[in-house]
Amino acid sequence: MTDRPKARPRWHIAVFLAPALLVYTVIMLVPLMQTLLLALENVRDGERVFVGLDNFRMLFGDPRFSEGFWNALRNNVYFFVLHMLIQNPIGIALAALLSVPRLRGVAIYRTALFLPTILSFVIVGFLWKLLLSPLWGVAPNLLGAVGLKSLFAPWLGQEAYALTTVSLVSIWQFVGIPMMLIYAALITIPNEVIEAAECDGITGFKQFFKIKLPLILPTIGLVGVLTFVGNFNAFDLIYAMQGALAGPNFSTDILGTYLYRIFFGFQLQAGDRYMGAAVATAMFVIILLGVCFYLFVIQRRMRRYQM
Amino acid sequence: MSTRAPTQRFRLALVHLALIAYALISVLPVLVVVMNSFKTRRAIFNAPLEPPLPSTASLAGYRTVITQSDFLLYFQNSLVVTIGSLFFVLLFGAMAAFALSEYRFKLNTFLGLFLALGIMVPIRLGTVAILQMMVSAGLVNTLTALVLVYTAQGLPLAVFILSEFMRNVSDDLKNAGRIDGLSEYRIFFVLVLPLVRPALATVAVFTMIPIWNDLWFPLILAPGESTKTVTLGAQIFLGQFVTNWEAVLSALSLAILPILVLYLLFSRQLIRGITAGAVK
Repeated sequence: MTDRPKARPRWHIAVFLAPALLVYTVIMLVPLMQTLLLALENVRDGERVFVGLDNFRMLFGDPRFSEGFWNALRNNVYFFVLHMLIQNPIGIALAALLSVPRLRGVAIYRTALFLPTILSFVIVGFLWKLLLSPLWGVAPNLLGAVGLKSLFAPWLGQEAYALTTVSLVSIWQFVGIPMMLIYAALITIPNEVIEAAECDGITGFKQFFKIKLPLILPTIGLVGVLTFVGNFNAFDLIYAMQGALAGPNFSTDILGTYLYRIFFGFQLQAGDRYMGAAVATAMFVIILLGVCFYLFVIQRRMRRYQM
Repeated sequence: MSTRAPTQRFRLALVHLALIAYALISVLPVLVVVMNSFKTRRAIFNAPLEPPLPSTASLAGYRTVITQSDFLLYFQNSLVVTIGSLFFVLLFGAMAAFALSEYRFKLNTFLGLFLALGIMVPIRLGTVAILQMMVSAGLVNTLTALVLVYTAQGLPLAVFILSEFMRNVSDDLKNAGRIDGLSEYRIFFVLVLPLVRPALATVAVFTMIPIWNDLWFPLILAPGESTKTVTLGAQIFLGQFVTNWEAVLSALSLAILPILVLYLLFSRQLIRGITAGAVK
């Protein structure tokens, strides 16, 4: 430091950073922390007191809350598993088809396939509600056209099928995201790798599974964690299709809709912000666990595949 | 080897077939709804899969929507909220990204990670405290509350994407500017910002869609009649008019059309944005 001119104070760095940091901290991080802290408080004898983990004991153990919570968590896991088993494989398959060399009209296909992803949940929810409605004959007519009319049922109104139906609608909407991310990864695989494979006589399906798939595993990992965060934070589609009660008989209730009901109350139950904060905290921990699992287990294993 | 060309053509045909089939699954449901919104009630029920013919065409649904609800106001609200948030996300995001990618200082890595945290953790989980804050600030049922929340929500990803792009802006250019005596602010606004325009457009599209489509925050922070956004307005209208099918279909179509037009105009940009982002 002795022979260098003393650095001028660089205020401009602070000026550039201040607005973003301020908004982000005040509107996002502080409320998030406050919510986590609020989960440790409750009202006793009309006064707000620190209760430690009591709220969580209620949430996990008191039937008034725990029944709804475990039901929502179970449904949410099912919702996520269906996305992983259906949405992501379809996304991968579509991406693989789109990246076939010398294919024409790729831009048109991409635009069409990505269309549902840009629509709002409200639109998608109502659109499918109408199409699946037994009042309007679209779904039964279409099934009738292939001779399967007897399979039609008012799925959204039946406890056994409602959650699966809603999940499939969500999959219909979001298949575009894995498709695009994986498509992007596929088209960046160097040509030399593909040519080398072709020289060795590895083509078609074999080439995809033996050569390309291992190379895009990191992207598939990323798609997995994005699906996880998105699914455990979902709310809008269920609310638009089945309402805040997530009917029939809570069979489509997931953590997002459960949080909404606990926080704001519904029908007979009054809203409770302390328990709402506890639900939000539980969701936060679940999402954090998922992200950490991705960062420390999946991404680390994947790294050796990266080129 | 003479069979190679035909088999390859056959294979391509199969690929097209599969893609066309799935493209129909994606597009047909939207098409059926938009198509039926232009028909009479009788035709909607009797032949849902038929396009509107002169004998079955009707705009009755649209008339109900326009006269029975304030869709124009909702559009205006959505537009104000989306453009307002977009402006702040882009401006603040670009400024922060420039600071993080251009200068070396002590907290650089820490602040980068601090902001990146927001990419993975949904802002929704802080709703309980956000509502409390907005109540005490007197901002409930104002569009300002929504703009603030969406700005905070959009910033982490914007900073992340923009700093990737800003690293690629040539140092020579900036140093030439410095030798010419430009201040750091002018270097940012005059030299760097125009160069990262494509990245700004990408971030804009990414930020815009979730804001325009969000239901959660309008429902909680601004459910009042004068501050409803299109998404919330459509949700409530659809709930009230659930038995009036022409009106419901028309309301849905009205909510779809602006996004559809924007999407068709910008789909290239959007898709390029996603593909470029994923390469990184």
